[in-house]
Amino acid sequence: MNWAEILATSLFAAGCFFFVGGAAGLLRFPDVLTRLHALTKADNLGLGLIALGAATLADNAWGGLKVLLIWLVVMLTSATCGYLLADQAHTSDLEKPK
Amino acid sequence: MMSMVATIFAAFLMLVTAVALMRVACGPTTADRMLGLQLLGTSLTALALLLGVALDRPRLWDIALVFAVLASPTAAVFIASMRLRTRSTESDSA
Repeated sequence: MNWAEILATSLFAAGCFFFVGGAAGLLRFPDVLTRLHALTKADNLGLGLIALGAATLADNAWGGLKVLLIWLVVMLTSATCGYLLADQAHTSDLEKPK
Repeated sequence: MMSMVATIFAAFLMLVTAVALMRVACGPTTADRMLGLQLLGTSLTALALLLGVALDRPRLWDIALVFAVLASPTAAVFIASMRLRTRSTESDSA
């Protein structure tokens, strides 16, 4: 294994750790907002580290750039969707009869 | 060597996908199901990235990009329909 492969392997391992953490949180946390909190870890860090690992193994610069672009897209959309989902969950929670 | 490592990590991500599907199946609220779908979209994106490494086919990264782009409109459409529904029930009760 050369250095790029060792680096990629450790980045994949760290990314999978965050994914497993996010999945465990999604499964075990008690309500929507805490589950959303766990999910954003998997979305941003988990995918980010895996994308970074894949980018180190890319053959050319364009491939690596494309992988980092995937990360950028997911960060933008997950931040937006996270806000929208939290807003929706919050307002529907307020409307619920106590 | 690298393909074996990436395959093992891809198998881990399959477990994450199963957990996300479990959350989609058992709810309890619709927002929870949507969260499960969000995690499904992200883990499928990562899975396509890892399989691109494992099979040495960088074209699979294009598929990962498609997954990443398609995951967000589902949440947006879902929230738009939820808002429409709450608005219509409000006007019903008024």
